[in-house]
Amino acid sequence: MAEEVELSDKQKKEIAKWFLLNSPAGEIQYVAKDLKSVLDDDQVYNESVSEAFPVYNKSHVICLPMPHRSGDVLVTSYGELEKNKYLDPRTAQVATVDHVKQVCTEVRPASDEELSSPYIEEFRFALDAEILKYVGEAYPKGVCSVYCANGKDVEEPGSDFELVVVISATRLSPQNFCNGSWRSIWNIEFKDDAQVLELKGKLQVGAHYFEEGNVQLDAKHECHDSTIFQSPDDSAISIATIIRHHETEYLTSLEASYSNLPDNTFKDLRRKLPVTRTLFPWHNTSQFSLTREITKELGIEK
Amino acid sequence: MEAALGLMRRMPPKHSETALSALLSLLPHHSSDLLSQVDQPLQILCDVESGKEFILCEYNRDADSYRSPWSNKYHPLLVDGPYPSPELRKLEIEANEVFSIYRDQYYEGGISSVYMWEDDNESFVACFLIKKDGSKTAQGRRGYLEEGAWDAIHVIEVGPEEEGIAHYCLTSTIMLSLTTDNESSGTFNLSGSIRRQMNMDLATEEGHLCNMGKMIEEMEGKLRNSLDQVYFGKTKEMVCTLRPPSEVVMRLPDS
Repeated sequence: MAEEVELSDKQKKEIAKWFLLNSPAGEIQYVAKDLKSVLDDDQVYNESVSEAFPVYNKSHVICLPMPHRSGDVLVTSYGELEKNKYLDPRTAQVATVDHVKQVCTEVRPASDEELSSPYIEEFRFALDAEILKYVGEAYPKGVCSVYCANGKDVEEPGSDFELVVVISATRLSPQNFCNGSWRSIWNIEFKDDAQVLELKGKLQVGAHYFEEGNVQLDAKHECHDSTIFQSPDDSAISIATIIRHHETEYLTSLEASYSNLPDNTFKDLRRKLPVTRTLFPWHNTSQFSLTREITKELGIEK
Repeated sequence: MEAALGLMRRMPPKHSETALSALLSLLPHHSSDLLSQVDQPLQILCDVESGKEFILCEYNRDADSYRSPWSNKYHPLLVDGPYPSPELRKLEIEANEVFSIYRDQYYEGGISSVYMWEDDNESFVACFLIKKDGSKTAQGRRGYLEEGAWDAIHVIEVGPEEEGIAHYCLTSTIMLSLTTDNESSGTFNLSGSIRRQMNMDLATEEGHLCNMGKMIEEMEGKLRNSLDQVYFGKTKEMVCTLRPPSEVVMRLPDS
């Protein structure tokens, strides 16, 4: 491992990207800074960050304020129009994003081709309102957006389409040595012929606590559900109810995983007390060598 | 080096092995610094003579060979590797024997190894290692864990004896990762590494092994407790800040 084989620039870049993409929520800038001095090669560094940041920003669904107080934009592949351009369907704006600096540099109104048809927009708009209400109640720092992932040009009933609900909540508190993020992505297929909605949820929660140590939580869950195809308003209400139900249940199961730790899960690694339920008799260990010899003599060694 | 250690503090502890080998390949000229300052998951080898497994670390390594505490032989065979003095080797044998009973009582399985070597100033250093695979396919007796790894490294420097008292300086590192996986709650992984130090002046009348053992037992208890209560607790707190559970209570009348 320690043999001095000179790495190619391509290999160095792959390693650098691995570090960047494994950064905990909100810590990629610190990782990039350390990486810069470890690499000591500006070209490799610049190429690595320009490739890794967009991927990280999208997978962490980072939220950036748009200029002129025109709201926030979520960086996600569902809103990605072209390189560095992200649609915010709620305000019908397109934000230009500087991935490496993690800022939004400018906004412009979205063109008609970039937005959904009026028919789809009715469903999207109604769902956005319901999700906004739910996120406002459930996540103190939550941000959400509803996109049309498929069939945005469908004009009237008769065709399938797909909406995506993205929820992202991040809490960065480095002064308390703790960062964390919650991301949910819900794909909702509106199946016109069967008159059903198929929901698929992907939930991901991460936390990093680093006061005199490094402890990280990485939790993922997927769920499915379905409901009947109704009017835009009624569909929105039932979708929001389903999402609320599953996310509340997931939080409860996370809490259960935590409360199982001390007495169940953790015990399979190390017990709190020995099987004898008393501290180990260090002052009287000669008894062990004695019993060992006896078992050896009797040939009943384990 | 500082930046490299900074990266290690941020990477997920379950990936520390990958992170370390990545740093070693980026910084080949710092390899010995990295290997001595970054703790990595312990590796094991089988002693060909006794058939028992032993743990590898920097303290039983010479060139590419590792000394087994059971047969006292280097694997692969090495002609003139360093050995502890016969007197210290006697203590090492005893420590390995007793420590494996200690390990069995707390870990219900796992592997342990103890290595000792002479220090420059009439004293010695001992390294106590434990590795446990608690996954349900290995030695997790309760079968809760999809994946579960615990590595403990205790390095204890023993000062020269003066008027029946010796100074002990213990540095302990715990690295762990545990994953549960089920239909209703998905995959849940916690991984971490922490390191602490403890200094004590103790009477040597009951022997070094007794003193070292008690310190290690106390330290392991403290570290296990703070991982469980403090570190895991803080990540749970974070989850509940992101999405407070109060809603559950509010919604109970509905259901």
